[in-house]
Formats: sequence, C-alpha cells, structure tokens
Amino acid sequence: MIKIEAIFRPERVNAVTDSLVAAGVTGFHYQNITGQGQQQGVEVITGRGSQTATRSAVSKTLLVTIVSNDKKDKVVDAIISSTRTGGIGDGKIFISEVSDIIRVRTGETGEEAI
Amino acid sequence: MDSGHTAWMLIATALVFFMTPGLAFFYGGLVRAKNLVNTIMMSFMSIAIVSIVWVLWGYSLAFGTGNAFIGDFSHLGLSGVSFTSSEGDDIPPLLFVAFQMMFAVITPALITGAFAERFKFSTYLIFLVLWSTLVYSPITHWVWASNTLANGTEVNGWLWDLGALDFAGGTVIHINAGMAAVVAALLVGKRRNPGLQSNNVPYVVLGAAILWLGWFGFNAGSAVAANDSAANAFLVTSLAASTAALTWGVISHLKTGKMGAIGVATGAVAGLVAITPAAGAVNAMGSLAIGFGAGFICFFAVEILHKTNMDDALDVFAVHGVGGIWGAIATGIFALESITGGTKGLIEGNVEQVGIQAVGVVATLAYSGIVSLIILFILDKIPGLGLRSSESDEDIGLDLAEHGEQATVQDGAN
Repeated sequence: MIKIEAIFRPERVNAVTDSLVAAGVTGFHYQNITGQGQQQGVEVITGRGSQTATRSAVSKTLLVTIVSNDKKDKVVDAIISSTRTGGIGDGKIFISEVSDIIRVRTGETGEEAI
Repeated sequence: MDSGHTAWMLIATALVFFMTPGLAFFYGGLVRAKNLVNTIMMSFMSIAIVSIVWVLWGYSLAFGTGNAFIGDFSHLGLSGVSFTSSEGDDIPPLLFVAFQMMFAVITPALITGAFAERFKFSTYLIFLVLWSTLVYSPITHWVWASNTLANGTEVNGWLWDLGALDFAGGTVIHINAGMAAVVAALLVGKRRNPGLQSNNVPYVVLGAAILWLGWFGFNAGSAVAANDSAANAFLVTSLAASTAALTWGVISHLKTGKMGAIGVATGAVAGLVAITPAAGAVNAMGSLAIGFGAGFICFFAVEILHKTNMDDALDVFAVHGVGGIWGAIATGIFALESITGGTKGLIEGNVEQVGIQAVGVVATLAYSGIVSLIILFILDKIPGLGLRSSESDEDIGLDLAEHGEQATVQDGAN
C-alpha cells in the first residue's frame, strides 16, 4: 500500500479528481494550501502600498490518496496527465509506504480497507 | 424650524453615525485575523460609551457658554436643551446635539488604530470617558462654540474668535485624534510581532467606502442646513477623496510596480481628512489641489513614520494628523471669499489666514498631546489597569483573550 501526496495548481482539482475516479481510486482528500517552491514565494505589497515583501503565499492544492502497489503507476500517470501544463509551478508528487490501514466501521485491515 | 433643513440634518446625522462602524471595518481589515474582533469592538464601544458621556456632560462642556476655552455645566443631562425649536432655529436643538454626538463618537475611535493589537480593553473603556471629556469637548468648544448672553455679549471659542476656518472638524477631529495617536503609540510601545499583511483587504475597502459615504453627512452636514454651502461641501468632499486615492495609487505603482487596494483606500481616507476643514471654503478646483496634496504628503508620511521607533499600527498620525494639518493649512491657502462668505485665502491675497490656520493646528497639537499624555500616563499607573495587554494575550490574539470570540470559526470547530 502506498500513499500518494500530490501538490498541484488549485484550478486543476476537478480534472485530478475525475482522472482518479477513472483510474479506479476509491477515496482521496484534498485541501488548499500555501507555500513556496523553487519560485521562492510571491511578492506582496505592505506598508499601505509603499513597500513590498516576499511571502510563501503561492496557492496550491494538496491531495492525498492511498492505493494498492499495483495501481501506483496508473494513479501517478492520471495525476500528471491532469495537472501538467509544462510551466513553472506544476507541483510535485510524493510517494511513501503505508504500513497499515484500518476501516473504522468494520475493523478490516490492510488492502481490504482501501 | 425648517423641515427641509431638518430632514437633511437627520440624514446627515445617520450618515456620520455610520462612519464609526465603517472605521471599525477599515481598521479591522488592516490588523491580523486574531485581533479583528477586538479592533472592531474598539470602535463599536466608542458608540456605546461616548454617546452617554455626550448627553450627560460632554455636550455641556463643548457647547455650554462657559468661557473662550471650555463650556460649563449648564446643560448637564441636556438640561436647558429645548425639545421645541425656538423662532429662528433651522433645526431642532436636539438634532444638533445628536449630530455633534456622532462627531464625538468617531474621534476617539480614530485613535484606536495607533494602539491596535496590544491595548488592554478595560483600560480603553475608561480612556474613552476621560479623553472625550478632557480633550474632545474643550477643543470642540474652542472651534465651534458660539453663545450669546442675555445682555447681548457673545461668548465664543477662542479659535472661532480668531477666525480659524474649520468647517467640519479638521482640527477638532483629525489633528486631535492624530496627536493623541502619537502619544498613545509611544506610551503603549511597539507590538511584539507586527504582521506585514492585512487580514482582509475587502474589509479595508468596504470600510473606506462607508467612511466616504458617511463623510457626505460629516462635511455637507456641517453646513447645518440644506443649502448652497452643503452642496459645495458634498462635491468637494468626493473630489478630494478621488484625487487623493488616485495620487496614492499612482505613487504606489511607481514605487512598487503594483497598485494595491489598501493604498488606494488609505489615499481616499487621507483626501477626506484633508478636505474636512476646507469643505466650506474651497471650490472644486481647490479640492483637486487639496486631494493631490493629501495623497502625496500622507503617502510619504506613512513611509517616514514607519522608519521611526513609534509603532502607530494603523498610521493614524500619518493619515489623520498629517492629512489634517495639510487640510488646515490648505484651507488657508485655497479659501475663496465667495464660498466662505467673507474670509479670503492665500490665493486671494490673504496671507494672514495661513497663519491663523497654523495657530489652530499648533494649539490643537499641543493641547491634545499634553492632556492625552497625562490621561494615558495615569491610566498606565493605576493598579489593575495599565495600557498594555499581557504578553500571552497579545500572542494569543486579543479576540480570544479579551472577548472570547474569533472572527471566523471553521465548521467542525464550532
């Protein structure tokens, strides 16, 4: 079982969720976040319009989903195909191992609980 | 009693009332989210407290006969203020009390921007009573009080007698609040961790727009009649705000490459401040000059004051103090005899008027500075009061620490 965390442009969120459903993903969650990457933040106006400062205020969406190992490539492709524009700021995907999952309602564990 | 004048003044009074809630949003948008409720409450409580002070003794000290410097206690609890209008009154006496009450309410609320995000709320409530009594009422008396004794002797405020032009309260309200702001910011000290970004830009613009609307009542209402002077005041008020907003936006764009809404909204307020004393003295062309000067001067005042050690959190002195001083002097420059009904300004050759205006400015700065200092110094020393919130309250945010509320609560966390 692997956890896929994808950071992408907020306006791509509907395309991503559609492609995940099409790829057979049963569940996911996402939230809107701010931060900074290689762009090093954004310039904001301060001091009543007389100064500027750099702040990690780039808006992104962070989506998290857990899938079985065999679905990894399909899901990653689905995310990339629905988020890549080729421009700076397309985001990143992080993949990590998940040691266990428990479905609260039934007590099922492991892949059964995905 | 004239029904036309009365109808307009009832509306003007309501417009001036609405400026204080507008100010609450203007200031509220500028602070950090954790202090939004507290900042709004500071203005709102001024409505609740100063209104009561005003009818109990504030009006009497401001408009009672007294002497050239302060009124008296002849109208305590509005005694002697007639319910029925006398012959020759344009508006009912109680309407004048209400109109002036709204001015008394907004003035201390303006000061709160200086000590936003770190002032102890309980002390602030007492400060409202003392400051409006000891600072606002006397200065109002200097500028606007004019009473005739039974024997025909006129007893006027000394700035009225001097011939200072202050149509709607540039000295009484803005220079006064601006100077008190300096004293308050210095005494309460700098914020521990000032934020650079405002929590809600739309609130700032909404607040500025409400102030702008309310200012029509403030300035055009200061004609205390529905007449030519009111119409002129209405027009020049709006023009000065537009010019200052544009000037501020353009300078901001030249300097940073962007035109921010907060800058433009602040510019509009600076323009409104500057036109306040001049609204009954200048024409439309004069108001363009005053608005341009306000945008230009106040923009750089904000910049320079940010480099000092004083943490006037929401730039009260830069906008209201400096804008008010510019407005007072500019009134002496651009006043037209045809509009003031007798007094000429510098552009019509009356150099002396600029000097008279300067006397009003200096006297207000001095009196407001000294008496505000005494009030705040004493409040700071009283056990259990003190000016400054505790460090932990300031860090948590005054919304939760002082009011037990948050501006917005996420679903699920409520």
